[in-house]
Amino acid sequence: MSTPSLFAGERTTRPATRLRRVISQGRYEAATMLRNGEQLVLMVVMPLLGLIALTATPLLDGMGYSRVEMAAPGILALCALSTAFTGQGIATGFDRRYGVLRFLSTTPLGKGGLIAGKVIAVLVALALQVVIISTVAAFLGWRPPVAGVLLGIPLLILGAITFTALGLLIAGTVRPEATLAITNLGWILFAALGGIVLPAGKFSASMADFVQWLPSGALGNLMRGALLESRLDIFAMVILLVWAALCSLAAVKWFKWN
Amino acid sequence: MPQPLSPEPALIIEGLIKDVGPITALDGRMKRIVSNISLRAHFGQVTALLGANGAGKTTTIECAQGLQNRTGGSVSLLGQDPENADAVLRSRVGVMLQDGGLPPSARPIALLRHVASLYENPLTVDALVDRLEIAEFSNTTIRRLSGGQKQRVALAASLLGNPEVLFLDEPSAGLDPQSRLMVFELIRELRDSGKAIILTTHLLDDAQRLADYVYIVNHGESVAEGTVAQLLSQSTAAQKHRTMTFETVPGLDTTGLQHSGLICSETRPGAYSLSGSFTPADMAAFGQWCAASNAMPTSVHLASQSLEDVFLAVSAAASPSSEASASGSASTTGNTESSRAEAESELS
Repeated sequence: MSTPSLFAGERTTRPATRLRRVISQGRYEAATMLRNGEQLVLMVVMPLLGLIALTATPLLDGMGYSRVEMAAPGILALCALSTAFTGQGIATGFDRRYGVLRFLSTTPLGKGGLIAGKVIAVLVALALQVVIISTVAAFLGWRPPVAGVLLGIPLLILGAITFTALGLLIAGTVRPEATLAITNLGWILFAALGGIVLPAGKFSASMADFVQWLPSGALGNLMRGALLESRLDIFAMVILLVWAALCSLAAVKWFKWN
Repeated sequence: MPQPLSPEPALIIEGLIKDVGPITALDGRMKRIVSNISLRAHFGQVTALLGANGAGKTTTIECAQGLQNRTGGSVSLLGQDPENADAVLRSRVGVMLQDGGLPPSARPIALLRHVASLYENPLTVDALVDRLEIAEFSNTTIRRLSGGQKQRVALAASLLGNPEVLFLDEPSAGLDPQSRLMVFELIRELRDSGKAIILTTHLLDDAQRLADYVYIVNHGESVAEGTVAQLLSQSTAAQKHRTMTFETVPGLDTTGLQHSGLICSETRPGAYSLSGSFTPADMAAFGQWCAASNAMPTSVHLASQSLEDVFLAVSAAASPSSEASASGSASTTGNTESSRAEAESELS
């Protein structure tokens, strides 16, 4: 007499609740992200180096604030760019190549749950980055106003959502190698010239005029407005909201699962 | 105890059409991958889609899973349209993709625990790890696993929800003999516990060993269907058909063997294939021919008609006489010859 089959009997399996599925996927993706050495360099080491470099050099001098006050908001915006755009974009590009997205979309998680899980993973990783960067910045003398912090948090989340959508749009439409190249190049260009870390006004007025229309410039201006002056930059927020909406719509329309 | 079998099919596909494109090489026109496939898959049965690579098998089952949207026709999976599948329907259906769909950096045990967390009351990961003998490599990253090991992890992942319907795309591709035996036993066990299993394969041997019902797919169309026995007995003439393969010295004159309708060819130097309706007298004539040619065969193998012959016959009959199909049927032949070699090496 053989043992009864593992698969025999009344089937009692159900899908887990939607919330549990999405949280589980978010936790799994966040853990995968944080275990990846290259991602950690991009997410933690590079922003920390940027923060230290900007407070050790006179690059941000003469703008009416201390070096760390000028640097910290931009470095926090850089964290959103690193995690949501470059890190998450590359991971999604390769998951797509290996059929991981297709497999998970056949489980109870589904396509919607997969995207929601990615957003959660980005926000979890971003929260860790914010804690690390803020702690180091505090040691360097950063004391942002409480009202500015309360304003800055939702704005940073809006930035993360915008860059997640942009990263997914790229990861879902081109080959993973191209995603790797585009998001890394994008990171460098946005960070160096896109008004995230350095206010574009540092370069020239015409540069600032152009950069304020980019998602990077808008997020940089929003974060500096909030954390320096406790001010909501309405123009920058509208620009960022439009980018978020356009990138999300484009990602939904053109994202290819295989 | 097996579940009581529902008389309703688990999967009904009617007149499935799938176009892809636009294709630049076709001046921006669409390419029809699946032109007309209808099939039914029942609980407690293994239903196989058999065909050469590129015949449209994977596209067909991906339309059935809801992974691809169809161009025309209808699909009913557990009574629902898979294009609008909700979480409940997806939890009742297990899918093993052809490329596995496993992240290379993950470890099997962590991945399986994660997939299990998407279900309420799933099969236990430990039980599946045990059943598929994954334990020995459960903490090795997936990129370091062999093809057979990856396939077993992908199969375990598709089974965690204890699905009622299981789709397996080329389940024996890349399997070592040991994994193949294990996977085949598991598929039979799943069938015997009442699940509807739909698999694709380009290996006739797989279909012959596993399938209760076979659809032969060629150029996006289902060209023949039936149980293996039905397909084999399609014509009484075919039933008497035998193929003898033997190896001896190359370059022999085989005209002495080609009487009473038998056809002989030297498939490669020293390897001969003699086929037709054999009689005992033909066997005696073969011995006499060996003596007259002073040729002692190093091996002789006589086989009755296989599913492969049916496959070749229906594929040839279904091919339209266009240039494209001529090259298509040539590649079909090449494909089945290699699978015949594979099947024979396994049987001997």
